[in-house]
Amino acid sequence: MQNKIIKQISLFSENKPGKLANIADKFRDAGVNIRAFTIAEAGDFGIIRMVVDKPDLAHEVLHESGFTVSETNVLGVEMEDVPGGLAKIADVLGKENINIDYAYAFVTKTEKALLILRVSDIKAAINVLERNGIKLIDMKDIENI
Amino acid sequence: MIEYWNPLIERMPLEELNKLQEEKLRNIVRYVYEHSDFYRKKFDEAGIKPEDIKSLTDITKLPFTYKKDLRDTYPTGMFCVPNEQLARFHVSSGTTGKPTVVGYTRNDIDAWSTSLARALTSIGVGRGDIIQISYGYGLFTGGLGLHYGAEEVGATVLPTSSGNTEKQIELMQDLGTTIIACTPSYFLFMAEVAKNMGVSIKDDTKLKIGIFGAEPWSQQMRARIEDTTGIKAYDVFGTSELSGPLFTECTYQDGIHIWADQFLVEVVDPETGESLPEGERGELVITTLSKEALPLIRYRVGDNTVLNKQPCRCGRTHPRIMRILGRVDDMLIIRGINVFPGQIESVLMNIPEVGEHFQIIVDRINELDVMTVQIEMTDAAFSDKVNDIIKLEDKVASALKKVLNLAVNVELVEHGSLPRSMGKSKKVIDKRKL
Repeated sequence: MQNKIIKQISLFSENKPGKLANIADKFRDAGVNIRAFTIAEAGDFGIIRMVVDKPDLAHEVLHESGFTVSETNVLGVEMEDVPGGLAKIADVLGKENINIDYAYAFVTKTEKALLILRVSDIKAAINVLERNGIKLIDMKDIENI
Repeated sequence: MIEYWNPLIERMPLEELNKLQEEKLRNIVRYVYEHSDFYRKKFDEAGIKPEDIKSLTDITKLPFTYKKDLRDTYPTGMFCVPNEQLARFHVSSGTTGKPTVVGYTRNDIDAWSTSLARALTSIGVGRGDIIQISYGYGLFTGGLGLHYGAEEVGATVLPTSSGNTEKQIELMQDLGTTIIACTPSYFLFMAEVAKNMGVSIKDDTKLKIGIFGAEPWSQQMRARIEDTTGIKAYDVFGTSELSGPLFTECTYQDGIHIWADQFLVEVVDPETGESLPEGERGELVITTLSKEALPLIRYRVGDNTVLNKQPCRCGRTHPRIMRILGRVDDMLIIRGINVFPGQIESVLMNIPEVGEHFQIIVDRINELDVMTVQIEMTDAAFSDKVNDIIKLEDKVASALKKVLNLAVNVELVEHGSLPRSMGKSKKVIDKRKL
């Protein structure tokens, strides 16, 4: 089960010009690839969430540059890029009373849609999703995308 | 066991101490009348002759001296001795106006060192200690003042002055510094730099005591410093016009001991100038009793404090003042409500998620005063859920509102984004154009 957990990099950032460029520069220098990326903004600050190929290295690089950064456990769900794909996942989790804290999606080179989820109970979510035949990806998949 | 530098003086029975003060007060009043044109004129205008001052209570008949008087007589117009008798000058930074010049005779320097020798002994500093003085050396009184006091008690001085922080931490480790003296904000910065270097002040240094002053800092900040770095943090007080750093708390951390044989302390109402009884908060007023070059009569120090004349548990009989939480003129008036930056610090340091660095920004938007408190995000407080962060901002805002009775904007900013200070820190930015 553990290998189905994806380490997401979360970062506190003030809402100011140049912040993103700064992070991107650090990743370029360290050879870190961003797979998925989203910003949750709330007025004067934002939280940048990223799935990267080398999360531990990314965390180290950002922390050493003085950022407030954490690794968060999330799930990566592979979806068929067809209508109803998201509905099924939401439905399965809802029935088990598992809350989705937030979610964001991206499309891979292989034309699969990937959904990143942070849920209230990650172990229960893995169980119920796998039981319902929904494919979860792991860190290896992320590296190879 | 409690150690004293001069037990006879420090534990002198109150009655004797009062008698000594009375005699010294009469002497200094006569001395300034005879040696300073400024004071002769001032006393004459107030209709006071030295003979009118017979007892300690007569002090209220004497006019106050203000910082403005020192500026108006710049550079040496208030001095009581000719320049050739001076051993040293110090000059205040003059950030709030014209600089002020203070002169010292040899005896003045010795008395200054003695005052600090008693203070340092009272917190357990002595032979065998290595004291790193990270106050600025030079025209500022902090560095050289403590330097002479520390030498007097036989401690080994490491005169690093401020700045070059990584080097300071290396030396602290290599030479085994046991005592650090600097502003509390510089010490916080040092601890942060040390952490980045992989050095824990608590585990990797021999530091046991900090002597912090030159800017107000709260009891809650003290608790933070003591918890995180494992040292005892003591307040040191003084002001350049009175010599420089002069007094500290003792190990009981229950007020700052003011040596009554050298200084006479009063607390007055800042508005009316009336003497306030013991225990009431007001403005600190000090008369120097033994200074030769630049004695000051009823000098309005400008700091807010409370007087305590009860002998201390340490056995010292001299009066104490409560730790200074701000200057009378530090007070902000926000929408008609009086706010002291020290109050804000106290509230913030009581909230574990809030780090040590903060800044207060006051602005006037649409004719309304708006106060924003910026605090830095810490690793421990960070959550990647937006709601958690907003909850933290709300928690801080409501804690501030409870104490200040004022709605405050709270903004979390990135770690390391607020200015760090090597000397006196600037916590308030007032953008109002009043």
